[in-house]
Amino acid sequence: MHRGSRTAAWSAGLLAVLVAVVVVSAGVGPVSIAPGAVGRVLLNALALPASVGLAWTGVPVPVVGVALPVPNPEVGFVHPFAFPVESTHETIVLQIRLPRILLGVLVGFALAAAGVVMQGFFRNPMADPSIIGVSSGAAVGAVAVIVVPFAVPFGLGIRAAAFVGAVVTAFGVYLIASRNGKTPVATLLLAGVAVQTFLGAVTSFLLLQSGESMREVVYWLMGHLDGSGWNEVVGVALVVPPLVLVLLVFGRDLNVLLLGEDDAASLGIEVERTKRLLLALASVVTAAAVSVSGVIGFVGLVVPHVMRLLVGPDHRILLPTSALAGAAFLVTADTVARTAMGGTELPVGVVTAAVGAPFFLYLLRSREVHEL
Amino acid sequence: MSRFFSGGWRFWENGSSDSERAGDYERERPCEEDRPVDRDPAVRVEDVSVALGGADVLTGVDATVDAGSFVGLVGPNGAGKTTLLRTVNGTLRPDAGRVVVVGEDVHAVPSKAASRLVATVPQDTSVSFEFSVRETVEMGRTPHLGRFDRWSAAEDDVVDRAMARTGVADFADRPITAVSGGERQRVLLARAVAQDAPVLLLDEPTASLDINHQVRTLELVRELVGEGRTVVAAIHDLNLAAHYCDGLLLLADGACVASGTPERVLRESTLERAFGANAVVTRHPVTGSVYVTALPDRPERGAAGRVHVVGGGGGAARVLYLLTAAGYTVSVGALNEGDSDTETARQLGCDTLTVDPFAPVDAAARERVVERIESAAVTVVADVEVGEGNLANLEAARAADRLVLVEERPFAERNYAGERGEAVYRGLRERATVVERADLLGAVAAAVGPSDSDGQPTTRPLGPDGNGSLPDS
Repeated sequence: MHRGSRTAAWSAGLLAVLVAVVVVSAGVGPVSIAPGAVGRVLLNALALPASVGLAWTGVPVPVVGVALPVPNPEVGFVHPFAFPVESTHETIVLQIRLPRILLGVLVGFALAAAGVVMQGFFRNPMADPSIIGVSSGAAVGAVAVIVVPFAVPFGLGIRAAAFVGAVVTAFGVYLIASRNGKTPVATLLLAGVAVQTFLGAVTSFLLLQSGESMREVVYWLMGHLDGSGWNEVVGVALVVPPLVLVLLVFGRDLNVLLLGEDDAASLGIEVERTKRLLLALASVVTAAAVSVSGVIGFVGLVVPHVMRLLVGPDHRILLPTSALAGAAFLVTADTVARTAMGGTELPVGVVTAAVGAPFFLYLLRSREVHEL
Repeated sequence: MSRFFSGGWRFWENGSSDSERAGDYERERPCEEDRPVDRDPAVRVEDVSVALGGADVLTGVDATVDAGSFVGLVGPNGAGKTTLLRTVNGTLRPDAGRVVVVGEDVHAVPSKAASRLVATVPQDTSVSFEFSVRETVEMGRTPHLGRFDRWSAAEDDVVDRAMARTGVADFADRPITAVSGGERQRVLLARAVAQDAPVLLLDEPTASLDINHQVRTLELVRELVGEGRTVVAAIHDLNLAAHYCDGLLLLADGACVASGTPERVLRESTLERAFGANAVVTRHPVTGSVYVTALPDRPERGAAGRVHVVGGGGGAARVLYLLTAAGYTVSVGALNEGDSDTETARQLGCDTLTVDPFAPVDAAARERVVERIESAAVTVVADVEVGEGNLANLEAARAADRLVLVEERPFAERNYAGERGEAVYRGLRERATVVERADLLGAVAAAVGPSDSDGQPTTRPLGPDGNGSLPDS
C-alpha cells in the first residue's frame, strides 16, 4: 500500500478507536450512561466549525471605500443535531466527564507525539518526552507553588508555574549542552539526566518542607487529570494540536536525522537549526501537557514504541498514529483510574506506569530492543 | 606546513576504455598554464584549513578535481581524509579557504543546495531503526524536495533507477538492519545515486568489505564515473586506489603531499615521507597497475655485514627479502637480465650482478662474482635450478669463507648440469651449513660469527614457518 494511503488508513482507524474510547469513557462512572445516550449528548453539543465561514460580514473602510470582510464572532456555531436527551446526562457528560476526557485526549496526544520526536531526535527508542528535564522542571514549579506560594513570582498558579518551570528547564539544559552553536545529542542527554537529578533533589527537599500540603504535592507528582474544567482543555488545545501539526511537517527531516547528523547534513538538512526547532516544539508540547496533568509516565515512551513495531519507523506515519494512539491509551487509563477503585480515584500516572512498565519490559525481552 | 605539490595538477576527463586511460597516464601532465581553461573543475579546494577540537586537522589544502574523473584520497590514518570529505560536502565549515563545487561555494549556499551538488556515501551507517532498503534510498531525494512537496511518481522513477543501477532492487523491501555489510554499502551508494548530484564522495567504500565486494563496489563506482559523475573516494588500500582511480591525492598530516596519476603519487620516497613506511613500488604482474608492497622497517644497513646470494629463476626472491629485511647488505649474482630474481633484487636495493638475457655466466662475470663472494661475510646459495649457463656461479661459490646452502628440494631434482653440477654441489655441501629456508637467518647469523655480537642482525619476529610476514602479499 502506498505510504499516503497507509497513513490515512491507520489514522482513520485510530481516530475511530479514539472516538469509541471517548464515548464509552463518558458513559462510565458512578452514574452509568449508555453509549447511545452519550453519543446523542455529544452530537447535540457538536458545533459545526464550517459555519464560521458563513459569518463573514463586510465592514466598509471609510477612506478606501471598500468593504473589508471581518468574521463576526457572534455568529458561526450551528448545532445541527437536537436529539432528546436527559438533562442530568447532559450535565454529567458535558460538564463533569468530557473536560477530563478531552484533557486526557490532549495530554496523551501531546506526550506520545513528543515521545516520537524525542526518540527520533536522540536516535534511541528509550528516550521519552521528559528526557531533557521538562517534567522535573514542571514538578519543581508546581511543587514550589504548593509549598511556598509566596516565593513564586507574579502569583502564578500551579499550572502556569509548572509550564514555566518546564520550559525554563528545557531551555537551560539546551544552553548547558550547547557550545559554538552545536548541541551534541550525547551531551544533551547527559545534561538532561544531571539536571533531572538535581531538580529531583529540589522537589524532594520541597516535599519535606511541605507539611500539610504534602498530600497535594504527592498527588500532583503522580500525575492526574481530575479537577480539570473547560479552561484547561481550551488552554492545552490552543497549544498542543497546532504545534504537533508543525512537527508533522518535519517528518521527513526526522527520518533523515535518524541516519546520523553527518548523513543528515549531507542530505541537505540544516542539522542544528532543525534540532533546535524540534527540541523547542517537543518541549513546549510536553510542558503544556505536564503542566495540567502532572508527571504521567510511560505514555510518551511505550506508545511510540508500540506504534513503531506496528507501522514502522517512518515519522510521516509514526507521528500521527502515535499521537492518536497515545490519546486513546491515556483516556482508557484514566477511565480505569477513576472507576477501578470504586469511590476512590487513582492517579492516572499510577495506572499508566503499572500497565506501561511491565509491557515495556515484555518488549525489552521479546523484541529486538535489546540490540540497542 | 609542508606541501610538496600544491595541487597544480588536474585530472583530465578519463577516456572511455582502460587502454585510453592507461595511455593518458604515460604522458606527463602539462602544468596549469598550458591547459585549456574552458572547463570548470568539478571540485576546487582552495587553501582549506580546518581545526577540530582545537587541533589543526587540515592545513592549507589545495586540490582540483576535473569533471568526470575518479580521484582516490589516500594517506595514513589521521591524515585528514574524512575531514576533507566532510569539508567538501559542506558538513564542516573550514576555518580558512573555500570549497567550490561546480562553480558554487558549498559553504555559501543553503544545505539543501549543497546536497544537490555533492552526495556522500558515509563510512559506516549503522541505522538502528528499521527503515526498508527502499525507504533508505528514498532519503536520497531529500535535497530535491521542499518541505511541503509531495512525493511524486517522478521521484519513484529516480529511486527505482538508482536501485536498479546499484543492484539493490532485489531486496528493496528488506529492512536495512537485516542486510549484509556489502549490501548496505550498495544501498548507501544507491541513496547517493538517487541524490543525483554531479559529485560523489565516498569515505572508505571498501573498508569493511571482502575482496569480492571491494572489487564489485569499485567497479560500480568506476561505471558511475563513466556516466559522467565525478567521484572522490577515500581509499585505504593503495593498490585498489591505484588500480581504479584516474588520479590520487595523497594527504599526510593535514596537508596535500602529492597529487597526480597513481604512478606519480605512489613513489617510494613519497610513501616513506607520508606513511613513514618502507615500501616497494612495482607494477602488478597481471593488471599492470602500480603496486605497493610495504616492507618491515629497514634496520641500519651494513651493521650486520654483507651477504652474497647465488640465485636465479625466482628461487632466491624470498631469500633476498629475508636477508634485506633482517638488515644485511646483500649482493646477488650473477643473474640474467629479465630474470624475476633480478627484478626483486633491484626493488630491494641489492647490489645485483647481471649478464644478458639467456646468456651463460661467462668468465668475466664469474670473475666479478668471485670478487663479491671473497669480500662477503657469508655466501648463501638459494634453492635454484642449476644448468650449464649458471654453473659458474656455483663454482665461484667455492671461494666463499662461510657458506650456507638453502635446500628445499634435493639437488638432483634441480640439477640440469649433469655430473659436473653434481660434483660442484657435493663439494660445496661438504663444507657448508645446509638449512631449510625457515632456518636461513639463524644459519647466516651463526656463520657471521658470535664474535661479532654487535653486528647481530635484528631479525623480525617470524611466523611458525619462519618465513616472517610479508604484508600485502
